[in-house]
Amino acid sequence: MLRALYATIATLFLALAQPAAATDAVNPQADFKAFRDFFTKRFPNVPLNDFVNGPYSMDADLRKQWVAIEDFPPYEFAVDKGKEMFATPFKNGKSYGDCFPNKGIGIRQNYPYFDVKRGEVVTLELALNRCREANGEQPFSYVKDDMAALTAYMAFTSRGKPFDIKIPNDPRALAAYVNGEKYFYSRRGQLNFSCASCHVQSPGEHIRTEVLAPALGILAAMPIYRSEWGSMGTISRRFVTCNSQVRGVPIEPQDENYRDVEYYLSYMSNGLPIAGPGARP
Amino acid sequence: MRLFIPALGVLWLVAASAAMAASTEADFKSALAAAEAAEKDAGTLKNQWTTTEQTLAAARKAAAAGNFEAATSAAKQAEALAKASIAQAKEQQQAWRAAVIR
Repeated sequence: MLRALYATIATLFLALAQPAAATDAVNPQADFKAFRDFFTKRFPNVPLNDFVNGPYSMDADLRKQWVAIEDFPPYEFAVDKGKEMFATPFKNGKSYGDCFPNKGIGIRQNYPYFDVKRGEVVTLELALNRCREANGEQPFSYVKDDMAALTAYMAFTSRGKPFDIKIPNDPRALAAYVNGEKYFYSRRGQLNFSCASCHVQSPGEHIRTEVLAPALGILAAMPIYRSEWGSMGTISRRFVTCNSQVRGVPIEPQDENYRDVEYYLSYMSNGLPIAGPGARP
Repeated sequence: MRLFIPALGVLWLVAASAAMAASTEADFKSALAAAEAAEKDAGTLKNQWTTTEQTLAAARKAAAAGNFEAATSAAKQAEALAKASIAQAKEQQQAWRAAVIR
């Protein structure tokens, strides 16, 4: 009698436990579909590719200002500088192009990628500094100036190419993806905000004078010239300032968490066109 | 003798309240050590708050100026903030899953 009772309890336990395990199972493709559906259903009048224009896809007045700004884009100097830097050889005679497929032209849409040899996510910013160090040069700051110029030029040569982020069949890649997802949805800072608090729950809403961008396609226009900064900034700079704005102490640029969240968000934007460099208020 | 005991009581009360009111350098050092230890733990979790850092800086500044009352108070506040950030990090270890778009 007791045995039968135990067996029944065990069966019930297993039956209840299985759906929970299924919920926790990692399925990037299902996440991708749910993520895209969420934004396209919430903003049915926004063409899919327009999400890469961030706040301009959400606010008509802001869009008019942006169209006017694009006549003399503030990121143009960075593109020119990046192009010149790209063409200038290192002291050893090699150049950035030697570190990248297709000499670094038109490849932005493939970054970040999961490096199966190293077992980690490699962003374009990280790859650029590793290229410099491999050629005997000092690494750049990850947040602005030279790094922003280089990535601006590389993005410019990739404009219109769809994001093509792959998650290889490697448990470490899946773990990096989940870590990025976790970082994106975790609340932090004294204001207790997650990335999703602004960019999933509130895109199109105002936070003070700013219009919040949707998370879908949010990295496609990076790096950006931001009027608030009065200068160019990289993806690293954007993450650092996001953390500060919610009263969280930023982690180091290119920390594993930042690279993983870039990986997650870029995968969610697969198929959307590169639009960088961009201009933002 | 009748008067002596109440007088002793009054004296004790005055002395005790003075000791309670005025924080000493030792009080500050103890409060600061506790706050710094909590903030270090928050750092291990990569979840420090800017307000904790600012409050710690204010505590050190007040102590440098010799105002141990304000310094101790700020250090205790910093410890509370650091502990809140630790609690947040621990809670979010699982809570983030509820926010994921499904």
